Amino acid sequence: MAYWLPVVWAAVIAFAVLAYVLLDGFDLGIGILFAVQPREEDRDVMVNSVAPVWDGNETWLVLGGGGLFATFPLAYAVIMSAMYPTIIGMLLALVFRGVAFEFRFRAQTTRGRRAWDLGFQVGSTVAAFCQGMTLGALLQGVRVVDRMYTGGWLDWLDAFTVLCGIALVLGYALQGACWLILRTEGELQRSARSYARALGLAVLGLIVVISLWTPMLNDIYWKHWFIFPQILLTAPVPILVILVAWAFWRALQRHDDLVPLLCAQAWFLLCYAGLGISIWPMIVPPSISIWDAAAPPSSQLFLLVGAVILLPMILGYTSFSYWTFRGKVRAREYYQ
Amino acid sequence: MTETIILARAQFAFTVGFHILLPTFSIGLASYLAVLEGLWLTTGRQVYFDVYKYWLRIFAVGFAMGVVSGVVLSYQFGTNWARFSDTAGPIVGPLMAYEVLTAFFLEAGFLGVMLFGLKRVGPRLHFVATCVVAVGTLISAFWILSANSWLQTPAGYAMTPNGRFVPADWWRIVFTPSFPYRLVHMVLASYLSVAFVVGAVAAWHLPRGRQCEIARLMFSMAMWMALIVAPIQLIAGDMHGLNTRDYQPAKLAAMEGDFDTEPGTPLILFGMPDLDAARTDWAVPIPHLGALIITHSWNGAVRGLKSFPRQDWPPAPYIFWSFRVMVGIGLLMITLGGWSLIQRVRSRLYEDSWLLRAAVAMGPAGFIAVLAGWTTTEVGRQPFTVFGVLRTADSTSPIALPAVATSFAAFVVVYSIVFGTGFVYILHLMRRPPGVGTTETGVLQAGAMPADALGPGPHPALGG
Ligand code: HDD
Ligand code: HEM
Ligand code: HEM
Repeated sequence: MAYWLPVVWAAVIAFAVLAYVLLDGFDLGIGILFAVQPREEDRDVMVNSVAPVWDGNETWLVLGGGGLFATFPLAYAVIMSAMYPTIIGMLLALVFRGVAFEFRFRAQTTRGRRAWDLGFQVGSTVAAFCQGMTLGALLQGVRVVDRMYTGGWLDWLDAFTVLCGIALVLGYALQGACWLILRTEGELQRSARSYARALGLAVLGLIVVISLWTPMLNDIYWKHWFIFPQILLTAPVPILVILVAWAFWRALQRHDDLVPLLCAQAWFLLCYAGLGISIWPMIVPPSISIWDAAAPPSSQLFLLVGAVILLPMILGYTSFSYWTFRGKVRAREYYQ
Repeated sequence: MTETIILARAQFAFTVGFHILLPTFSIGLASYLAVLEGLWLTTGRQVYFDVYKYWLRIFAVGFAMGVVSGVVLSYQFGTNWARFSDTAGPIVGPLMAYEVLTAFFLEAGFLGVMLFGLKRVGPRLHFVATCVVAVGTLISAFWILSANSWLQTPAGYAMTPNGRFVPADWWRIVFTPSFPYRLVHMVLASYLSVAFVVGAVAAWHLPRGRQCEIARLMFSMAMWMALIVAPIQLIAGDMHGLNTRDYQPAKLAAMEGDFDTEPGTPLILFGMPDLDAARTDWAVPIPHLGALIITHSWNGAVRGLKSFPRQDWPPAPYIFWSFRVMVGIGLLMITLGGWSLIQRVRSRLYEDSWLLRAAVAMGPAGFIAVLAGWTTTEVGRQPFTVFGVLRTADSTSPIALPAVATSFAAFVVVYSIVFGTGFVYILHLMRRPPGVGTTETGVLQAGAMPADALGPGPHPALGG
């Protein structure tokens, strides 16, 4: 029990974070793409394509945070205080982008509307950037003494974290572009396709750079990737990345609506798996494992009962909501 | 380090104080919307649906602000209270995680249908969605207040040798002694706050002769709520106070401004508690009344602050005054409810211009009472985060002063801009004449109405 419960919970939290990255990823991506899509009508369509579902998507982030607090309180405490500036930055950015959904349609003047468009764009971009940096900083390891973070408040800042931030911004933008390919038509869809092409290239390049950089951060990651027999497990990851790339460009060529989005998400999934390979079984590298950080079994069990029953229901009604709002979106559909 | 603690506390109080106003609004309004749509479906009367649509837009803006301010909070326990999170996380964490699993997903999943789905799913399923959102807000209140009540009156736990909490009995953790009172009191507070907002909006439009049926319906419903719920809130609050007497007596002493323990304790109406001198200056006492309310006996004695160790005293002046603000507003609400009954019986409910003016002025009253109530509760828990067990000074994060200072400033700026604007938009939506411009494409039309051509800006009459 004391062994398996933390493993199960690590899997559940990992699932929540993955769901967040895959779902809120395209919402945030749409905000990021505001930078290159200045036409008012296009923007309305873009926002309307996610308006009914964005709140549910963001809730996975709350589950990730809340779940971590409940089941690995030590990890929650250490990560939040070590990454203080990037977390706060993300939260403030999410405030802007969250209210912008409503506010840009409530603004009484064109200037007000422009301002909230900017809030949406900058909020989305900064949130993505901060999330990427948080991840990069975590990968590099956190200094902990006596269960508390002991580093300075800007320790996390270096080239690697910034690169991770940029990678996530572009990755989300890619997801956003692919989402638009699926949900829009005409001129907007055409431009989304060309963004997807360029972003796909950039993201693939960044995946390569970060994948090569990560194992060099410390020996442990290196061993996880390149020592026999692990290498049998890890070798398929890069190969799959290449296969997905092939499918992605072929789908773009053939003007397929759905496949590009699936490919973009597959990339995220593979990178995520790679991340897991690197840090497992640490939850806060280099020193706190999932068993060190775990809440007492009674806490984990109490919550697990609910999670087992509720998560399938959540997935069920979330699908219902997506199904209700399926199909191509038009300008004055939800918000006007 | 002490400045860091103070700033971290101020930052937390600021964000949570902003947040709580929005859930209050969402909880009350979601239930109101569910009632309206239910009435529309059962009676088929258009007026209910018109009122529904009027408030739905406003609800959407408030809800979005509630969500983003709440997301901030769920991470702030770690950023600002790392030690608290590490030690109390095994108990408070699962309660809050259950809130996510049972409430937040539910609300978020059906909010889209509620706001945009009427045409796609039809009125019946849409009504289900509205109800689900309303129930979701109540479930959310259940769990978060359970968590909060555990911090106030902890139970069902054991301690590890190195000072961490371990759950022993989940039933007792979820249902701590103060929880039922807090839940009832908070839900009633939400209903009352929204009733007074609805009443104020209706009262503002009524004398302007706009769409009388709709405005009348809103005003009448609001005044029934005031009449019935405000007195219930007084009783619930009184019982809550008795519970506090039993479980957090030092907080109660601070609320009452009592330093000495004397038989036949007076009720101090007003005064200024002075912690250094350990007495309440300029007190206006009513003999025996305190004993009567709190011990329900003429010569009973309320324990004074001096009977507790000095280092366990909460900062009494804040609590003393916030408590009086809350109770004072409660009494005003009861008065308004009674007044409305008299005019209703005389069939002058919509004509008494002084009643309408008073209703407009009382629009924000509920929110002020909510903030005052939470201040009483939370400041009264000091100097502990887990009452009697874990001190606030031992709950902090190892973060640097410049980090907290910068982020606090950022929060103040961002919240002022974002929630300030949101407030203005909500006032704007409330200034739309009810019944006009609430048709499907109507929001745009309302924007073009002469009354709205004045441009954005808070309206003095609605600001109370
Ligand atoms: C689940 C836990 C929880 C919940 C539901 C609330 N609080 Fe709280 N509150 C805390 C947990 C907490 C805390 C973590 O325990 C703090 C931080 C420092 C402290 O002393 O207690 C706190 C402090 C704190 C303070 C600062 C008091 C001081 O430092 O003197 C205020 C004003 C509030 N809270 C207000 C609120 C409001 C308006 C709430 C309504 C939403 C609320 N709290 C809900
Ligand atoms: C300080 C503790 C609190 C935390 C950490 C917290 C956390 C949150 C979070 C994360 C959300 C956003 C959920 C989403 O994404 O949909 C939220 C919204 C909400 N919270 Fe809180 N909350 C706190 C206090 C409270 C209290 C005391 C209540 C009720 C009495 C409450 C009631 C609600 C409701 C009803 C919502 C729904 C959205 C809305 O406000 O419009 N919260 N809260
Ligand atoms: C009418 C007389 C009222 C009385 C006697 C009363 C009494 C109380 C008491 C004793 C507490 C608990 C403090 C603690 O021990 O933690 C409390 C808290 C609170 N009150 Fe009131 N109250 C009244 C009216 C109101 C009104 C009108 C509102 C809002 C519309 C309100 C909102 C709150 C809130 C939000 C809290 C904090 C949450 C809680 O602990 O339940 N109260 N009140």
